[in-house]
Amino acid sequence: MNAAELREIWVDVCESHELLPELGARALVNGEQVAIYRVRDNLYAIDAIDPFSKAAVLSRGIVGDLKGQLVVASPIYKQHFNLQTGACLEDNTVSVKTYPVREVGGRIQIGM
Amino acid sequence: MKKTKILVVGNGMVGHKFIENMLNSPQAETFDIVTFAEEPRLAYDRVQLSSYFSGSTAADLMLTSEDYYRSNGVHYVLNEQVTEIQPENNCVITASGRKETYDKLVLATGSYPFVPPLPGREQPHCLVYRTIEDLEAITESAAQSKIGVVVGGGLLGLEAANALKNLGLDTHVVEFAPRLMAVQLDEGGGLVLRKKIEKLDVKVHTEKNTQEIVAGEKCRYRMNFADGSYLETDMILFSAGIRPRDELARNASLSVGERGGIVVNNFCQTSVANIYAIGECALWSGRIYGLVAPGYQMAKVAVSHITGGADQFVGADMSTKLKLLGVEVASIGDAHARTPGALSYVYQDGINEIYKRLVLSPDGKKLIGSVLVGDTEVYGNLLQICLNGMDVPEAPEQLIVPASDGQAASGLGVDALPETATICSCHDVSKGTICCAVRDGATTIGAIKSMTKAGTGCGGCVALATQVMNSELTKLGVEVNTDLCEHFPFTRQELFHLVRVEKIQTFDALIEKHGRGLGCDICKPTVASILASCWNGFIMKNELAPLQDTNDYFMANMQKNGTYSIVPRIAGGEITPDKLIVLGQVGKKYNLYTKITGGQRIDLFGAQLDDLPAIWQELVDAGFETGHAYGKSVRTVKSCVGSTWCRYGVLDSVGMAIAIEERYKGLRAPHKLKFAVSGCTRECAEAQSKDVGVIATETGWSLYVCGNGGMKPRHADLFATGLDDATLLKYIDRFLMFYVRTADRLQRTSVWMDNLEGGLKYLKNVVIDDKLGIGADLENDMQRVVDAYQCEWKSTIGDAEKLKRFRTFVNSEKRDNTVVFVEERNQIRPANEDELVRFVTSTELETA
Repeated sequence: MNAAELREIWVDVCESHELLPELGARALVNGEQVAIYRVRDNLYAIDAIDPFSKAAVLSRGIVGDLKGQLVVASPIYKQHFNLQTGACLEDNTVSVKTYPVREVGGRIQIGM
Repeated sequence: MKKTKILVVGNGMVGHKFIENMLNSPQAETFDIVTFAEEPRLAYDRVQLSSYFSGSTAADLMLTSEDYYRSNGVHYVLNEQVTEIQPENNCVITASGRKETYDKLVLATGSYPFVPPLPGREQPHCLVYRTIEDLEAITESAAQSKIGVVVGGGLLGLEAANALKNLGLDTHVVEFAPRLMAVQLDEGGGLVLRKKIEKLDVKVHTEKNTQEIVAGEKCRYRMNFADGSYLETDMILFSAGIRPRDELARNASLSVGERGGIVVNNFCQTSVANIYAIGECALWSGRIYGLVAPGYQMAKVAVSHITGGADQFVGADMSTKLKLLGVEVASIGDAHARTPGALSYVYQDGINEIYKRLVLSPDGKKLIGSVLVGDTEVYGNLLQICLNGMDVPEAPEQLIVPASDGQAASGLGVDALPETATICSCHDVSKGTICCAVRDGATTIGAIKSMTKAGTGCGGCVALATQVMNSELTKLGVEVNTDLCEHFPFTRQELFHLVRVEKIQTFDALIEKHGRGLGCDICKPTVASILASCWNGFIMKNELAPLQDTNDYFMANMQKNGTYSIVPRIAGGEITPDKLIVLGQVGKKYNLYTKITGGQRIDLFGAQLDDLPAIWQELVDAGFETGHAYGKSVRTVKSCVGSTWCRYGVLDSVGMAIAIEERYKGLRAPHKLKFAVSGCTRECAEAQSKDVGVIATETGWSLYVCGNGGMKPRHADLFATGLDDATLLKYIDRFLMFYVRTADRLQRTSVWMDNLEGGLKYLKNVVIDDKLGIGADLENDMQRVVDAYQCEWKSTIGDAEKLKRFRTFVNSEKRDNTVVFVEERNQIRPANEDELVRFVTSTELETA
């Protein structure tokens, strides 16, 4: 177990079956709104607030891939965000925060 | 600086064209324009006059408006005839005694219908066919008549016969010459045309010289012919040619021709240098041009000369292509082979009654004329070969015989055309202009139309313009990528086909078989829409859910702050007071902003995700259904109150609007669809701005299609008239399903139609004439969608598992703290960024 993992606090958010494939869900973790996704059995978590509209809508975007990157499209102005890095594909000066996420004992957990 | 004053006498098509060209000239500012019209309205489209009898109104035919003239500083006087020109004083005198001076005078007085000087011609039901007032008189007379005769079997006479037939009269055509359209057609062509017209129950009498019109025995009148025979009729329409209106010029001692017409030179100047004559009143090189295109050319030449240009009028091509009584007819150049030594090829198909003739130069190398009856598809090609003096192919007959492999005869490719070849003669667009538009980025025929205006007049050149465009695209090496997105190398139409033929039910199955990758926010909703159009499955089904845009997924419209608006269906805009009260109560209870929409519904804004199920529970309990405002689907059917209440109403527009909305509600389509139904031609429901517009008339429903509002408003096109309820719905079924099957993603009906080769005409062929033989299939598809309809909200609120999706957070009952409202005009609205910062800061201070 390395130092980074030691420092992490895992917050339990929901049961595994509540997170459906390619359908985002939103969780409130330490006052922060987090968007969580399951894509081909992998989990991803990013800030749910869309930096362009300032609305907490990213969990409600369509998930897919563009030029090999896994992305979610903001439902407001349609920018795409990389699920692994949080980078915005249309504007390289903008990105959203990413969170560690894991599945333990049938529960989904977010690392803070 | 003193402006040059231009006075235009006559505001017909050519007079108006002259004014329009003047206004568009760079020196427009240095001219004052005054025009006198003897008719009670400004210029209208006389070429389309007969459409007045198939539902068009005087307003539809207008080429301009008083607003346009006013805003461009054109002074116009209606109902005022100019009665005298005083060239020495540079002024004119009008019927009311008004005196108006000019610097330049333009005579665009047109022509009048020639009525042979027979005894008895001046009786009440003996009419002519030129103005809207004439049409009104014809309509009135027809209402009191059973039999109608048109005197004159030329182009205008057959148009007039069509009008009488549309008015329900037993129609006869009486022609002095031995055949119909003697000017344009040779004997063979005239015979085939006659056969086709007689099949339509129009009686044709050729070689009849009318001597007198006397009282009839069985009908109102009897026409006695020189050969001793006679014909009884209730009304007579004279259409025996036109005569130039040259009396003004004649009385002012300007040169006129022996047989009429104001003599003009190549600059359209009369014998007095500052007086011009253009259009049908002008005589150039001993010839009167009775078509609109040469008139437009003269208008252009006169404007050029007045503004210092060098354009000249050097004659005009009189080739024509038209549809008379539904029969396609075309004539090019020397149709009668009068050129000494001319050679001919004739193709005649007696079964389908098609006649085609090619007239070649004596050396057999050039095309100098042609006659086409029954099938004019090759007209565009032949005209280009003729006008551009191109060599005909080795086997010239290939130009007119149908190719044996089922493909249309190709003739010479468009590549052989010179850059200067006129493709669209209505708007004078050359091949070079179209190629230029392609180089500037146009890749669809719709883009070509909007950039060059080609194909937006009569529409006859669309096929040719498309060929020019495609050829240029190929030359540029532009491979037009019509792939939907990186995941599917297909167009929406192709995907639709695949889904339907292979009965594919899910996105995963489709992408596995025909695509690659995971999909994206372009292809997923598109495929969801296709699946819905084909099978109309419940959009909340688990495998369909991840495909939907958030609006479709949560069945509400997401607004800028992440909250939703809710629009219950109010079919036809009809709602009971009790239901109105429920909407008010729901709005109040959930603190929603309420607004009336343009589609006669009520929109409730500001609902948070977790409130949606509770709000819909109350709405469904009160009998509301979802309004599909969130979908690319049928939205609303707007209606006026109709014959039930309105003293002008002709039919029950609200009843029809509700029937239509109930039938098509929820239909998923490539783009949102809006409908309207008006109860009379006053058109209070604005049906002509909708994808599907229905207007009640005395003879049944008129159907309009492919209009829209929005960024690029477009008037709908008249599609069919005199429809009963069942036929109306049948046509809408077919129209909608054909659109759903073949349109591109986010393509509105108007753009879709513009991109169909053949446009409106083709669409009518498919929907009305069932040319593709898919009418029943389209209707069945529509019935399947209608039968599978369910209110998505009603189905959802009964399903506890699905309702879980509407939780704001999976792990908390808290509300979204980014949603902040402030009050404005006694209702909520989203806080703007400044207000948001202040709000957050003050709460943070409080908690600190």
